[in-house]
Amino acid sequence: MLGPWCSPTGSPAPLSCETGCGEGSWILVCRLLVPTQVSLLSMEEDIDTRKINNSFLRDHSYATEADIISTVEFNHTGELLATGDKGGRVVIFQREQESKNQVHRRGEYNVYSTFQSHEPEFDYLKSLEIEEKINKIRWLPQQNAAYFLLSTNDKTVKLWKVSERDKRPEGYNLKDEEGRLRDPATITTLRVPVLRPMDLMVEATPRRVFANAHTYHINSISVNSDYETYMSADDLRINLWNFEITNQSFNIVDIKPANMEELTEVITAAEFHPHHCNTFVYSSSKGTIRLCDMRASALCDRHTKFFEEPEDPSNRSFFSEIISSISDVKFSHSGRYIMTRDYLTVKVWDLNMENRPIETYQVHDYLRSKLCSLYENDCIFDKFECVWNGSDSVIMTGSYNNFFRMFDRNTKRDVTLEASRENSKPRAILKPRKVCVGGKRRKDEISVDSLDFSKKILHTAWHPSENIIAVAATNNLYIFQDKVN
Amino acid sequence: MMLSKGLKRKREEEEEEKESLAVDAWWLDPGHPAVAQAPPAAASSSLFDLSVLKLHHSLRQSEPDLRHLVLVVNTLRRIQASMAPAAALPPVPSPPAASGVADNLLASSDAALSASMASLLEDLSHIEGLSQAPQPLADEGPPGRPTGGASPGLGALDLLGPATGCLLDDGFEGLFEDIDTSMYDSELWAPASEGLKPGPEDGPGKEEAPELDEAELDYLMDVLVGTQALERPPGPGR
Repeated sequence: MLGPWCSPTGSPAPLSCETGCGEGSWILVCRLLVPTQVSLLSMEEDIDTRKINNSFLRDHSYATEADIISTVEFNHTGELLATGDKGGRVVIFQREQESKNQVHRRGEYNVYSTFQSHEPEFDYLKSLEIEEKINKIRWLPQQNAAYFLLSTNDKTVKLWKVSERDKRPEGYNLKDEEGRLRDPATITTLRVPVLRPMDLMVEATPRRVFANAHTYHINSISVNSDYETYMSADDLRINLWNFEITNQSFNIVDIKPANMEELTEVITAAEFHPHHCNTFVYSSSKGTIRLCDMRASALCDRHTKFFEEPEDPSNRSFFSEIISSISDVKFSHSGRYIMTRDYLTVKVWDLNMENRPIETYQVHDYLRSKLCSLYENDCIFDKFECVWNGSDSVIMTGSYNNFFRMFDRNTKRDVTLEASRENSKPRAILKPRKVCVGGKRRKDEISVDSLDFSKKILHTAWHPSENIIAVAATNNLYIFQDKVN
Repeated sequence: MMLSKGLKRKREEEEEEKESLAVDAWWLDPGHPAVAQAPPAAASSSLFDLSVLKLHHSLRQSEPDLRHLVLVVNTLRRIQASMAPAAALPPVPSPPAASGVADNLLASSDAALSASMASLLEDLSHIEGLSQAPQPLADEGPPGRPTGGASPGLGALDLLGPATGCLLDDGFEGLFEDIDTSMYDSELWAPASEGLKPGPEDGPGKEEAPELDEAELDYLMDVLVGTQALERPPGPGR
């Protein structure tokens, strides 16, 4: 689909969040990968992480399965970008400060902090191992100098505090050189310690551990707009937590049938409304979304609104239900819309209209005729996420072959881009990609049968106010930016 | 197709049947575009096998992905329901032995499935502290066939082939037309003598087998003749 993306003569339009980013080109800002060695090093000593970043960029030989990125999330200002991986590790990147000397480095992100959030656990009762993979990270809005985020694996949510330390108190005289407390009788004066500057150190400490509340696998966490509570959702239940209380949570949704034999549907994602602290939505494996109001009752088993699109009879197949299963649900920043991702499409729903979405975007409709093979190799069960841009005018989601797609809701233009090592030169302009669905394949097109289904973009994130996006491809994190004049 | 409608009727209440025919039975309508383009019955059955394999694999995980499990089971349901009339199967009047063997394979896989599903879900329930009495295998009756409404394992599994259902599936009219009804003497069908069906081991049903089989045979014959709507067959049989 031609547009300003591939026009060689047109100059990129001005970068502006307000006008939507359908115009312009995308350039690679940086590709980051944090292999195991780096995280070990940075935990043991203070190192200039920038040096490590640059030197490891070329070297992929350290990457292991533990490095596969499983979640990506910008914080509320976009200054920080967190990734979680299969090895239970969280890596936080910080945006390079703008400087007059190095304007071109604006938009680059460097490693800020790395820590092991979750470890593999063994559940002795059920005799099985609990994966340490980080399923989701959600930031809390910043209220003081420290940063707070929630990270979760299948069973346990943790609240982490990330803070900087650039001063050290010195001058205590209550302890001897070896750190042992001196005998008070030997102390004749009391010296007030002085804060002296030290090399910047970023430390992450677990402040709360919210455990033992989920029998099934946690798929979502969402911070409430009251900033006092958050929810965690697993396959059958949603729990509401207070940040201060770790030993109890309120169950607000429970769809477990009395008789497990009757189970036909699971919860796939959940999110709080961005402004109304009593409202949340959750999606299901049957392609439905329920909006609930916690004021109505303590247990929100009865929804306030029920969103479902009637099935298209001409598209029915054995796989209809699987491809209708919603893998992600996101409120728009305005709170007026919700966006859902199922296997082949992204849909935008108006909260005031329950019987069908107001917009449907085909992500990779050419896969519709391949569903049988995709069922065979389990790709049909892949869970893609979707994101809004800051002004809710553009939506983005991933696909296969390291492709990701953007849809401009206003101009109805869409583009397919690729996050690959071949385009890895910094500041390289991304060329729009096209999949050939049959007939003659043009030079730059790729045929459906040549797509690499092992290269899937499941996780992406969009900066809250600028046109900067983060795309996770296996163990690589790509950061792209809309080109500025 | 009267046969298919009859089969539908045997499984559900009449009210449900109307609804299911209207909503769920699209695959029975040969005029439907999706059905017209649908893979032939052989492909359906390979899809069925694939799904059963996936179910097995899922159940073998120490902690199965519930979403994956539910989606596969629901898909199996659809495939199985579409295979029920199975009119497209080659019209070979297969001797009972062959269909019996096929039944065996299906039945024994059902038994394994039912058993593992049951134990898995039991575990989950027990952890929850729910008092859900586990269904003893002896009550299970013929593998895959539910007793009353309480089948062990997900409800969908009862669609995985009640033994009589499979028999009828193969276009029973053609199968039985040329065949002497003496084929249905109780000796032939008693598990002990024939050894065709390695069903669940011991159960109170086994000793009564000959008697029950006769009642069942009568019932079956009535169905064939069309004088009786199918209901859930009583008690454990083979």
